[in-house]
Amino acid sequence: MASSIRVRATSNGDITEVQTLIQHPMDTGLVKDAKGELIPAHYIQELKFACNGKDVFVADWGTAISKDPYVKFSFKGAKKGDDLTISWTDNKGGSDQTTAKIA
Amino acid sequence: MRFEMTTQTGPCPTRRLILQGAVSVALIGLGNLAFAPARAAANDKYPEEAFKLKNEAEAIKALYGKTVEPSDKVKLDAPEIAENGGVVPMSVTTTLDKVTSISFFVAENPNALAATYRFPDGTIPAVANRLKMAKTSNVTAIVEADGKLYSATKEVKVTVGGCGG
Repeated sequence: MASSIRVRATSNGDITEVQTLIQHPMDTGLVKDAKGELIPAHYIQELKFACNGKDVFVADWGTAISKDPYVKFSFKGAKKGDDLTISWTDNKGGSDQTTAKIA
Repeated sequence: MRFEMTTQTGPCPTRRLILQGAVSVALIGLGNLAFAPARAAANDKYPEEAFKLKNEAEAIKALYGKTVEPSDKVKLDAPEIAENGGVVPMSVTTTLDKVTSISFFVAENPNALAATYRFPDGTIPAVANRLKMAKTSNVTAIVEADGKLYSATKEVKVTVGGCGG
């Protein structure tokens, strides 16, 4: 299965800018389907970015994050070619992980 | 119909019961005091409880347990009007030092806390994301810097809500 995580990490001198797009329904548990039944909540709770063995950014999310979440941040201390590992876990125990090279 | 009578619901509680009550209240109070700093410091677990609370003030209290002061050093960038409440892009930047976390609260959402981001040393204190908004609401960004909380608030008008229903 293709990864749910798409990431673009670009190095600009000392600063690495990371943009991430994740495919996830992010259901709130408040929306009804076509039959009028509630779609149970299904959302990413924790999203972690690690580089060179150290967490560089951690997101804790509730249901108010939009479907197919996008997040952007920047950090220092990495260089071109370093690995950036991105992992998420959702409220149903689902998870995914990917590693990207900083470009 | 059945009536039950226990010693505790009697019309005339004994002195011992009252004392016990007072002691347990005092203990609970102490417990809160002892745990409040620990909770704020151990900010590295998913804050399940804070995400469940409906009210913004309660969610802030559960997440940080501290008071917040508005600051012009926190910049919240969000649209004046969001046509689609399902996808409202917003970002926070700050000129404050020693930032450890940034959180987003949408006051009128079913659960006020939307997201909280943790910033280890070396990460630039800025974040952009996309939130759902049920209706027109104040959005508050809180930046935790050097152990203190600073906020910026902006109203975002929503023409179509993003929580379905």
